[in-house]
Amino acid sequence: MSDTVLEIKDLYVSYGGIEAVKGISIDVHEGKIVTLIGSNGAGKSTTLKSVAGLVKPKSGSIKYKGQELIGLSPDKIVSAGVVLVPEGRRVFPNLTVKENLRMGAYLRKDDLTADYEYVYELFPRLKEREWQLAGTLSGGEQQMLAVGRALMSKPELIMMDEPSLGLAPLVVQDIFKIIKTINKAGITVLLIEQNAFMALETADWAYVLETGEITHSREGLDLLEDNTIQEAYLGKSKA
Amino acid sequence: MEFLTSQILSGISLGGQYALIAIGYTMVYGILRLINFAHGDVFMVAGLLMVYMSTVMPIYVSIPLMIVLTVLLGFVIERAAYKPLRSAPRMSVMISAIGVSYLLQNLALYATGGQPKTYASIPWISNTIHIFGAPTRVVTVVTPILVIILVVLLTLLINHTKIGIAMRAVSKDFETSQLMGVKINSVISATFVIGTFLAAVGSLLYFTNYPTVVPMSGALPGLKAFVAAVFGGIGSIPGAVIGAFIIGICETLIKGTDFAVFSDAFTFALLIIILVVKPTGIFGEKTTDKV
Ligand SMILES: Nc1ncnc2c1ncn2[C@@H]1O[C@H](COP(=O)(O)OP(=O)(O)O)[C@@H](O)[C@H]1O
Ligand SMILES: [Mg+2]
Repeated sequence: MSDTVLEIKDLYVSYGGIEAVKGISIDVHEGKIVTLIGSNGAGKSTTLKSVAGLVKPKSGSIKYKGQELIGLSPDKIVSAGVVLVPEGRRVFPNLTVKENLRMGAYLRKDDLTADYEYVYELFPRLKEREWQLAGTLSGGEQQMLAVGRALMSKPELIMMDEPSLGLAPLVVQDIFKIIKTINKAGITVLLIEQNAFMALETADWAYVLETGEITHSREGLDLLEDNTIQEAYLGKSKA
Repeated sequence: MEFLTSQILSGISLGGQYALIAIGYTMVYGILRLINFAHGDVFMVAGLLMVYMSTVMPIYVSIPLMIVLTVLLGFVIERAAYKPLRSAPRMSVMISAIGVSYLLQNLALYATGGQPKTYASIPWISNTIHIFGAPTRVVTVVTPILVIILVVLLTLLINHTKIGIAMRAVSKDFETSQLMGVKINSVISATFVIGTFLAAVGSLLYFTNYPTVVPMSGALPGLKAFVAAVFGGIGSIPGAVIGAFIIGICETLIKGTDFAVFSDAFTFALLIIILVVKPTGIFGEKTTDKV
């Protein structure tokens, strides 16, 4: 058994009195791909933003390797080895591809040459567009850049918020391939998806989030077989 | 001919002084979408600091000290009056800026007792020289050269250093910058420090051409530099610099004609025309209001 690296316990988050996350608990084991699926507004992004330090939870705890993350500023959380690829990619449109990557390594003081090479190896398209403004990239290229940028911080845990959103099916397959590659390189992945099929196929373990609460938690492929899940998230009716 | 040469030279010089103020407006707007109404008054305070300090200490001490204190003032204003309002509606921050502007003017009124204060005569740059036969002061020649050097350094900083890249990133997206580990408040402070530093240098050059400093001394140059920033496309540094030179030259040339009394009116007429014809200015991007 591998160790739990991220342990979310009884997490409550509210926006001005309205509860978005209602007491969820999630365990992410080292070296695994864990996915959190759920429909729009279920509280998925809120959960990841809480881990990244962008929103302050009302109560509960988020422990990374035993260290409490709640109350830490986002830069401390990045330094601890946890990085978030935000929903909608959010590359800096006015910065070049290379400058975006440079921003990903903002807190690092060591040499970055090998890291640029690693990212360009994963995404050769980014190498070709090194000096292009990120705002002029296609959606798929922007997603690759967002992932590459996150890798530049040398994370141990990478969280991805709907990386397949709005991308063509072929590009989605590329992105999921990359997720597996990154994971094989030793990085733990916490993946959020509305595209439940791909996510469940890829993940070692899956959680289902419905209106702020966890309703299922099973192995990914197991969940894929589940009738109620198929109905709710895969657009299949009961056979 | 000599007259025209000297007019153009003074115009370029005045434009350079406006440019040093305008960069502060445009950088702060770029990062916070805030029109820092207090910027012109900080410029005036820099003038008064020089007045007071030059009477009690040698000029080579008072100049750097004036610059340091002005930069400190810019830093403190941001921390005290703008930072607490970071998540408040933008209008609140604007009102806070107007409040700081009046506060500085009133403090200056209190300090000076309403008396115009004689600006120190800075050695060397106050000397008279002849350019193409036209008599002028050293400061007239020094200003554009210094402005170009400072703008080149600033451009290098913004394009090639880590803090410069961070400034551009923060100006587009606070939240994602934080995800990179950027401390937003440090980057904003750095922006104010740079803007105030340039305004402090600008005050030294500007007030050398004027006999006195009064509490309202910052209002008009501040407003004109603001117009220059809008003219060039607010948020754009090259835009602000070019806008400032155009306004400085036009204003000085008009002052040399029979229409001298309209020289200020010209600047503001230009503002209105720009806002009507091309609201984004020469180099401005399409307004991308922050969500
Ligand atoms: N900044 C915010 N202010 C107020 N309510 C928000 C904010 N962000 C999200 N919410 C609300 O919280 C709930 C969960 O949102 P979110 O975490 O974005 O869901 P998901 O990512 O699963 O689609 C939704 O009802 C949403 O409207
Ligand atoms: Mg979401």
